[in-house]
Amino acid sequence: MIEAKQLSKTFGDREVVKHVSFNVPQGQIFAFLGPNGAGKTTTIKMLTTLLDPTGGSVMLNGFDPRENPDEVRKSFGIVFQDPSLDSDLTAYENMEIHAVLYGLKKELYRPRIEELMKLVELYDRRGDLVKDFSGGMKRRLEIARGLLHHPKVLFLDEPTLGLDPQTRNLLWTYIKDLNKKEGITVFLTTHYMNEAEQMAQRIAIIDHGTIVAEGSFEELKKQTDTNSLEEAFLKLTGHSVREEGGEGQMRDMAKMWGGGKR
Amino acid sequence: MNTIYILWQRQVKKFLRSRSRIVGALGQPLFYLLALGYGFGSIFKQAGQGNYLQFLSPGVVAMTILFTSIFGGIEVIWDKQFGFLKETLVAPVSRLNIMLGRTLGGATVATVQGLLVIILAMIFGFRPETSHLILAVVFIFIMAILFTSLGTGIASVLDDMQGFPIVMQFIVTPMFFLSGSMFPVEGLPKVLGYIVHVNPMTYAVDGLRGLLVNTHHFSYATDWSVLIVVSLIFLAIGSWLFSKIKA
Ligand SMILES: Nc1ncnc2c1ncn2[C@@H]1O[C@H](COP(=O)(O)OP(=O)(O)O)[C@@H](O)[C@H]1O
Ligand SMILES: [Mg+2]
Repeated sequence: MIEAKQLSKTFGDREVVKHVSFNVPQGQIFAFLGPNGAGKTTTIKMLTTLLDPTGGSVMLNGFDPRENPDEVRKSFGIVFQDPSLDSDLTAYENMEIHAVLYGLKKELYRPRIEELMKLVELYDRRGDLVKDFSGGMKRRLEIARGLLHHPKVLFLDEPTLGLDPQTRNLLWTYIKDLNKKEGITVFLTTHYMNEAEQMAQRIAIIDHGTIVAEGSFEELKKQTDTNSLEEAFLKLTGHSVREEGGEGQMRDMAKMWGGGKR
Repeated sequence: MNTIYILWQRQVKKFLRSRSRIVGALGQPLFYLLALGYGFGSIFKQAGQGNYLQFLSPGVVAMTILFTSIFGGIEVIWDKQFGFLKETLVAPVSRLNIMLGRTLGGATVATVQGLLVIILAMIFGFRPETSHLILAVVFIFIMAILFTSLGTGIASVLDDMQGFPIVMQFIVTPMFFLSGSMFPVEGLPKVLGYIVHVNPMTYAVDGLRGLLVNTHHFSYATDWSVLIVVSLIFLAIGSWLFSKIKA
């Protein structure tokens, strides 16, 4: 369902993704783990038509993002690492714009929006402006939105960052359920190792733009001779603390400008 | 089509919801009407140029449209920073339609602001010709498209708001002052005269003045054709730059 071959990306003279290859079959939950700045978000952007690779190739749902961007775009839903809602609109309006952008008909999307918003427990707040929502509510809304057009693949880039355990639990339970019932393929990144342990059938660990290990949770433990994914992760990627990536800087900028205006 | 409509609707809804923005955007025109309208009125009359408020008001309307439109286009930067832009860029719709929806939305907002300023000026004694009012609205809308496209194009190449003051100082402010919006363009030093003649805002101001108070420097045909041609060019360039945005 998702296939990357020798995928590479260079910004200026910095190669941040280096010859990365993996293959995620349909219906699998795949965790893509790595320290900050490892190249996870950049990889996701190349898989989702937001960035052109500088080397290698990608196929998603049988389509090449460079040749058939719109087919690829119809195939996936995404929850970005950074916020991507319009906070001056209501929750419902954000959902509705998404539905229209994906070409859904009103008769179809109305009940679907209601169903999804009830599921993430936001239907009662549908008429409220998103700027009055908490971080967790925004996240839940983004997830509901990402699922609105029945995507075959769901990308989740650190979806649970900053959420309380209750909300995290709700989200993962739902996503696991969706994966079982509808066979949706899930590509996720997270810094919470227990989430990856519980959710993912396969895990790849990326560091400095290179995949350093890949396999099931059990296989990774065996390979590294450790007892938990956390230990395996640290053994593979070392203990030194990393700089935050470009996305983090963007977030700070947004905060700086956002204080007064929104 | 639906994409264009929903993104147009988004801009309009946001505008209608922010009362402070509507009122705030009336502040500057109010200031110009009061300070210049009353301050220079008598000098203008002595120079034999007639009623200054009649001359000034269309200029102030044009100024409002210029600024509101540019801001409407520049909002692309906000959407880049607050992330909503990504949501539209991964959707299976063409960038051209996204750009068109935004631009028409921004232009609609600017047109409404322009009409509000006409009403504001009327409170102070401005008396527009009523015979061409519909044409004037059409003209204002084309003008708004022109400058919204310009703003969108600029915002597409900027990464954050840091470049914004430079844009205001070196592009928007000169366009505003060297357009005949505040004073007649005759008898300017040569270099300034050239700038005035290549400035699309000049023809926008002149056309609007023609429609609203029946005095103009260039012919109608010139004003309309310059405005239409330049707005199409800016729309094309803006769309192209917008299509090149990388997330
Ligand atoms: N647009 C960009 N221009 C230059 N460098 C970038 C850009 N986007 C990301 N990077 C850099 O690429 C590296 C990988 O970033 P990213 O993919 O966001 O990492 P992760 O998501 O794993 O934390 C980081 O060092 C980051 O600073
Ligand atoms: Mg990231």
